Parts: sequence; structure tokens; C-alpha cells
Amino acid sequence: MVECLTNKKVLTKGNYAIANAAVIAGCQCYFGYPITPQSEIGEFMSGKMQELKRGYVSAESELAAINMTIGAVSTGVKAMTSSSSCAVALMQEGLSYATTDELPVVLVSVMRGGPGLGNIYPSQGDYFQATKGGGNGDYKLIVLAPSTVQECVDLTYKAFYLAQKYRNPTVLLADGLLGQMMEPVEFYDYPYPEIDNSGWALTGAKGRDGRIIRSYGPLADDRCVFLEKLYEKYRKIEENETEWEEINTGDADIILTSFGSTSRNVKTAMKISREKGIKAGFFRPVTLYPFPNKRLKELSKTVKKIVTVEVNMGQMVNDVKLAVNGACPVELIHKGVGAPPSAKEIVKKVEELI
Amino acid sequence: MATQVFKLPESLKGDVKYSFCPGCDHGVAVRLIAEVLDELGIRENTILAASIGCSVTIYDYINVDSLEAPHGRAMAEATGIKRARPDKIVFTYQGDGDFASIGLAESMHAALRGENLTAICINNTTYGMTGGQLGPTTLLGQVTTTSPTGRNVDYYGYPIKIAEHIALCDGTAFSARVSLDTVANIKKAKQAIKKAFEVQIHGLGLGFVEILSTCPTNWKMSPDKAHERVRNEMMPVFKPGIYKDKTN
Repeated sequence: MVECLTNKKVLTKGNYAIANAAVIAGCQCYFGYPITPQSEIGEFMSGKMQELKRGYVSAESELAAINMTIGAVSTGVKAMTSSSSCAVALMQEGLSYATTDELPVVLVSVMRGGPGLGNIYPSQGDYFQATKGGGNGDYKLIVLAPSTVQECVDLTYKAFYLAQKYRNPTVLLADGLLGQMMEPVEFYDYPYPEIDNSGWALTGAKGRDGRIIRSYGPLADDRCVFLEKLYEKYRKIEENETEWEEINTGDADIILTSFGSTSRNVKTAMKISREKGIKAGFFRPVTLYPFPNKRLKELSKTVKKIVTVEVNMGQMVNDVKLAVNGACPVELIHKGVGAPPSAKEIVKKVEELI
Repeated sequence: MATQVFKLPESLKGDVKYSFCPGCDHGVAVRLIAEVLDELGIRENTILAASIGCSVTIYDYINVDSLEAPHGRAMAEATGIKRARPDKIVFTYQGDGDFASIGLAESMHAALRGENLTAICINNTTYGMTGGQLGPTTLLGQVTTTSPTGRNVDYYGYPIKIAEHIALCDGTAFSARVSLDTVANIKKAKQAIKKAFEVQIHGLGLGFVEILSTCPTNWKMSPDKAHERVRNEMMPVFKPGIYKDKTN
């Protein structure tokens, strides 16, 4: 266990960085069930939350964990759960409820190999699970994808803020590589304003009538009105919160796009390609929902090709194609599971694609 | 001079239409809970985790803050509420299918952890809202829409005795089974519900009450006959009584 409640630079694992950032962000309750490769989050929280007299439960299942989180955030406090792939699958029902209940659930999803039990290697195979959802009905989760351990800290803070700001479940989508990797990180005070929840939170109906947080709509018409309202909120999220990183895109012939830990080798591959005289650019969505559609669409008009690099069988590439909408060819470089392809491997494939 | 001897509990909303079927015991159970909240003076400090099934509509009648849990997850959501706000009184209101079938893990583990919660479970031996299918408490021999020749052990196994199982958990402070078939039993039921809230208030662990109830619509019986069935068929198997009381 690392002790990292300081403002100085420390060397720590992604999982510990996420857990500690959550504590600093003011997470009042943590609920979780162990699964590799994210168990350090629950281990860290078990000690820290008790030390700080905050809420902690070793939940009996991921079903229970997500619902405990829903219960806690319904009272207006910040709370989170964390899990991985096949166990995040068990949480999909709760996530669907939390969107229609408009509750600020924070879920840390540290991806491993799939489908099924899969394996414990790093993977990006749950891009669909996070951005398209496995729960029922029309809904969106805000999805943030860190690429470094420092970003695990930055985006954990942001996940709590966006969840509260929009009253929508928010996912920090990391992977086994980030969770287990040690890097120097700096913790700092929670940089976002606190959101006033007193207008809707369940706190006991003191001096007022009881509030009901529910998703059951007996009248079909009510649901239409509600869904339209929900999607109005999603449009606001798309307008205000879309975040990405881009380098050398101005004169690029070819843009390499990638998210999360894989994007690090892709960034290096872009630099090597430049040295070799290929006009390559780099584009990394930081928010997977909202996806940076508009910017990709703009770029598609000035480049010859966009290449998506992922550690899965090709998931984000679908969103890139939708954004580009045929304006330029979109290719996929991928590896099913495991450590990301090396920069050298990527460059070799880029040379073939040029 | 006129004396008021009966009034609407303050914890009930006055002007709502109940959606329970005629003769269903849910209405009595909801009223008893409201009376207990009034008597303990805790309406303004109480949060309900509602469930799925006929029981969910309680939040339309009872005037407390309410969160609607997915099917079976009320005890998990109640746990989350209580851990976030330990100063609040938190209770669930669930059917037998919600509490003891799809939610059995959440229910048992809340009891084992000794969560300071109150859980009220309506046992009517069937899934009422979906049209009377076989549930975890359906009696041997009972005909339902999914046990057309009656519950037999070969295909369906045995009904669960919820109050006894919950009593076995070390974190349970109070576990009782009550019935609403007579005025005397309704009074006993109210005492048990009150006790189940009191153990929570005193931080002793889980307070649990299983309420034997009628489902005249799905049993295809008149309200009177339905209460006779509670007495003659349910009570011999699901014996009313207090199975655990840490205050004794």
C-alpha cells in the first residue's frame, strides 16, 4: 500500500492514484467487489475510508456495489464504485437506472481482456460497453479515458465534477496497463466547484413533502417528455464537455487516432513517422462520450486518411467512421488484447497504409 | 361533544387514489408503517428504498423521501443510503419475490453485515403484479400460472421461510412474521413493525418483519376467503411469531 495523501510528486500505480484522487475529490462512500486488475482501488479504500470515518462496504457482488453507490449518491454525497470488464457487465442494469434517475454515480472501469471471463491482460475491449452501454433503453454515460497515471488523477477529479454537474453516471475508463503501471504523479486539491444538491437529494422530508427518485413512468407520454429532456441534457454535455488532444494535425496527410494507454505508443509512432518524412498527425479523444465528432469531421476534410489504433477488434473506429461520414478513408490498426502495439509496429503498418 | 377517534396518519398523503386491488393487504401494511412513523416522530428523518412489484406504489401513498430500486436491489440501495447518511432512518418495503428470490443475496448480506435498516417484506405466495406466477414462497401444491398442476418438489423445490432465515443472521436484531387476517393480528403486526424501526433507531442491527398478506385477484378469492386461506394454508407453514429479538 502506498501513502500518497500529499501535494508532492510520488511514484504510484494507476489504481492507487485513482483511489487517492477520489478521496481528495471528497468521495464519501466506496462500494466494491474484488476483481483483477483493479483490486488495489478497493484495498486502498478499505483502509482510507475507515480512517476518515467515511462509508465503505465490501459488497457481496457488483450488482450490490452499483446499487449501494446509487443509494449513497441519491442522498447528495459523492460516492463511487470500481470494477473491471466482466464484472462491469453486472452493473449495466444499475447504470441504466442511474441515468433515468439522474444520479451522479462514478464508476471506475479498469478494462481487462474479454469476452466472458477473458483474461487479465490489458485491453480496450470495453469501449462499446462504456460508450454504447449494456443496459436497457436510450441513455448515455459520460466516459473519460486517461492515458497516463497523472491523467488517472486529473480525470478522476473531473469524473466527480461532471457526474455532479450533469447528474449523470460518469465512467473513468482505464485499463489493466494504467491500473498496474507506476508513474510519477502529483496530487492537488479538488479543482472544481462543489455542486449544490439540496434541490433534489433525499435527505429526509424535513418541512416538506417527500421526494421520489424513480424511473417508472406509467404513461408513455411522460416517458417521451422525459427522454427528450434527457437528450437535451446530452446535447449540452456534447456542446460543453467534449475534450481531445491533437498534435501536428495542421499539415497532416495522415492522422493517427487512439485513446487511453494505447495512444502513448501512437503518439511516439506519429513522431517517428514525421522523422521519416511522413506528414503524420495525432488525435486522442479524452472524452469518449461526448466523442469529438465535430473536430474529426473538420480534420477529415484536410487529410488523406485517418488511422485508428486500438487494443480490441475495432470499436472506436466505428465512431471515427461515423464522425468522418465518408469524407476520407478510415483504417484500423489493432491487436485483440494485451500490451499495446509498439511504436515501431505502428509505424511499419502506417508505412504500408500510406 | 364529538371526539375524533380515527384520522389519516400524517405520514400518508391524503388525496391519492390507491392502485391496490380490493381486499389486498398491502393497503393495511402501508397504513401501519405510516402510523408507526407518526408515533415515532420520524417521518421527516426517514428515507425509503422502494422495490419492484405491487409494493413499489408505496411511494405514491407514503409521504417520505423515496428511491426506487431495481428489482431485488432495495437492501443494497438502502445500505448505500444508510452508509452515506447514518443519521437517517432507512427502510425497505418489498414483496417476497423481490426480497427473497431475486434479492436474496442483497437481503441476507445486509442482515449478515448488521446494517441498521428496517425491512418490511410482504409474503403473498405469488408474483402479484405480473399476474400470479410461482414465487419463492409459493406453497407446495399451490396452483399458479407457472405451476398449473400445483407446486411439486421435483420441478420447483421448496418455499423459503424468510423470517427464520433472516433470524439466523448474526447481524439481525429483530425478525418476526405477522399476519393481517384479524384485528388482533393487525395490532400485533403494528407492534412488530414498530420494533423493527426501534432496533434501527437504537443501532442494534437489522429489523425485519415478514407480513403474510392476501392477493385476492391472483388467488381468485373474495377478500374473506383470502384471509381464510392465510389462516388455514399459510399459517401452518409460515408460523407467525418473533424469531429473534436482541432487545429481550
